[in-house]
Amino acid sequence: MTEAIISRAYTSTPESDRRAPPKRLPLTFDGLWHNVGFRSLLYQILIIGAVVSTAFYMIGNAQVAMERLGISTGFGFLTEEAGFAIGESLISYDSSDTYIRAYLVAILNTLKVSAVSVIGATVLGVLIGIARLSSNYLISKIASIYIEIFRNTPQLVQIIFWYTLVTRLPHPKQAWNFFDWVFISNRGLIMAWPADSAVYAWVGLTFVIACGGAFGVVRWTDARRRRTGQTIRALWWNVGLVIGIPLLTWFALGAPTEMVLPIFKGFNFTGGIALSPEFLALLLGLSLYIAAFIAEIVRSGIQAVNRGQIEAARSVGLGRADLYMKVILPQALRVIVPPATAQYVSLTKNSSLGVAIGYPELFNINNTITTTSGNTIECISIMMAVYLSIAFTTAVIMNVYNKAVQIKER
Amino acid sequence: MGRPQTVSSAIVVSAPRRPPPVRETGIVAWLRSNFFNNIHNSVLTLLAAWALLVTLPGFISWAVTEAVWLTDDPKVCRTAAGACWAVIAEKHRVMLFGTFPYDEHWRGVLVIAIVIGLSVVSGFKRFWSYWLFAAWLVAMGVILVLQLGGVFGLRETGTHEWGGLPLTLIMFVGTVVGGLPIAIFLALGRRSNLPVIKSLCIGMIEITRGVPLITVLFMASLMFPLFVPEELNIDKVIRAQIGMILFFGAYAAEIVRGGLQAIPRGQYEAADAAGLTYWEKTRKIILPQALRIVIPALMNDIIRAFKNTTFVSIIGLFDVLGATATALEDPLWVLYAPEAYMFIFVLYFCFCFSMSKYSEHVEHDLAKGRNF
Repeated sequence: MTEAIISRAYTSTPESDRRAPPKRLPLTFDGLWHNVGFRSLLYQILIIGAVVSTAFYMIGNAQVAMERLGISTGFGFLTEEAGFAIGESLISYDSSDTYIRAYLVAILNTLKVSAVSVIGATVLGVLIGIARLSSNYLISKIASIYIEIFRNTPQLVQIIFWYTLVTRLPHPKQAWNFFDWVFISNRGLIMAWPADSAVYAWVGLTFVIACGGAFGVVRWTDARRRRTGQTIRALWWNVGLVIGIPLLTWFALGAPTEMVLPIFKGFNFTGGIALSPEFLALLLGLSLYIAAFIAEIVRSGIQAVNRGQIEAARSVGLGRADLYMKVILPQALRVIVPPATAQYVSLTKNSSLGVAIGYPELFNINNTITTTSGNTIECISIMMAVYLSIAFTTAVIMNVYNKAVQIKER
Repeated sequence: MGRPQTVSSAIVVSAPRRPPPVRETGIVAWLRSNFFNNIHNSVLTLLAAWALLVTLPGFISWAVTEAVWLTDDPKVCRTAAGACWAVIAEKHRVMLFGTFPYDEHWRGVLVIAIVIGLSVVSGFKRFWSYWLFAAWLVAMGVILVLQLGGVFGLRETGTHEWGGLPLTLIMFVGTVVGGLPIAIFLALGRRSNLPVIKSLCIGMIEITRGVPLITVLFMASLMFPLFVPEELNIDKVIRAQIGMILFFGAYAAEIVRGGLQAIPRGQYEAADAAGLTYWEKTRKIILPQALRIVIPALMNDIIRAFKNTTFVSIIGLFDVLGATATALEDPLWVLYAPEAYMFIFVLYFCFCFSMSKYSEHVEHDLAKGRNF
């Protein structure tokens, strides 16, 4: 009833109360053509058709070409003997091992140089980013010059430049000697290493566990303070935890202090741990370049924290440490972490530039395998799959993180 | 005169005179506020100054006072204590023009001049029009004629002879001009309502962004010939260019998508309500606003595209980096590779730094008067 009254109030002629339902379009081409649903279906079918037929055409071409060139197909080659040597590897490898093992060596080398570079880039980038914000003119100027120089030149030129510098270092005989512990020469960097390295691995592991424990203690005291209002001063307990437990482990395992010092014998060094010139050049090229980007990200992240937040924190009486740890850092990290992760992924991908200086990373080894095995398509697919899975894993972790730190609007 | 007289106060303030405020101008105050405003800053200043004092004189004596600037005899360099800049004078033709025939280098110079000149003109907002676009098309034609030769009495030079800075610039311009339309279509496709188009575009973008550029170039130069008929022998430079365009397109697509998402919904709805078709809406309402927003971010990608042209040296083209590596194969001069690489380092820096300064300027300029 009310409906009718309202509609009458708006329309002058009562006959046009209800419009007739729209006429069904007859099933003609013209009618279908003007139907949105049909048209989008048609477009999509056409596109699928085009893509599929192009794919078939290209695969057909590839089959012809591969028969002509005698390229074999299938992943069977992976278990065959690789037959080439690799300059450096984290796991034991020699030329009689399989292609699979060669791939594993390559992936580990890629991960090794990327991991070390990520750490280097982060430490340097954070320092430079903070230096850029310093009120000290000299410090902030040096930081911004660094950023401009390293951001505005190609990474590949940087890597090759570092490599030419490293190869121009003195011969091992005249190597730069740092207290007999570290030697730098054109064979790379050789440094002393604990004789009983397993003990130090345990010490490192317990250190990580102790850090986790200390973090847990901080979380617990914080939660307790919120619940009850009582503060527990756990700082010294935590310091004791982080330093004491690794120390105790070290003593428990016999406190070995013996170091294997590198010694120059004949033509090269023996003993100690060696980092190849290729590794060093790639490490410098990757981390110095990305550090410039990280620095800009850190700077903008800190600047993105609203001034009002800092003033509010001061006015409720937070100290300097609490101001940084509880107000600035959590909000800055929300801005910093996503672009920084993108930079880490880009660093990992650009470790493929090691091919230009002969560092045995994935792309480089993949080239060798492609030539020696002849399975071009399989090799490229494997390499692509590895790089894509690195990128996608990071993306998934990033999404989880973003969900966790999102501003919770209630 | 009815004006009231000023009443002077009879109260005399007899407080002791305060000292004048600390000077806030002048060199001493500037030093104090910028270098020594608190203890840790003073320490930092002294440390940084000490570090500069230790390193700079050594560097200057290596790079300037002890350096060999001009000689055609590498033995002179060997005895000198400083840098050997002579390698640049000796090899600059190869570094800048690669394997291009020596007598035809003037054509390369013209190409460089055209690209730089037109880029500078494109920098001024008042020249932004369809004429500029047409000018670029004409310029690309002229560049191709200059590089390929074979007409107007120019000696024929195939792409295998291309190299150096002209090749770098051609690669760069080709990547940006070819990649931007692809980026726009990929971004529109990613926001399409049609699931097939959407998933195809997402797949293209994510896969290309997930792998290193060098693998894309490697695919383009090694796999691509397998997938096309044998008769269709596509040139090496063009194959590399296709790889560069795809990679740039995928990255720029994500930026354009950001711009499309930043347009308020009302703009889309108003266009629909006005009865515009999809392409009219996109061309006349959405893209002009979206592209305007993303220009600064796109500039970053364009600078990266310039830096990425160096990657083609890995697949065997002689861009500036590849040509420099060739120049340094000369055993007499190979010892002075760091100096040669420093030279191209500075060369790339000049291009990228001016582009990045320009992009900062554009960012300020375009941010004026925007309300979303």
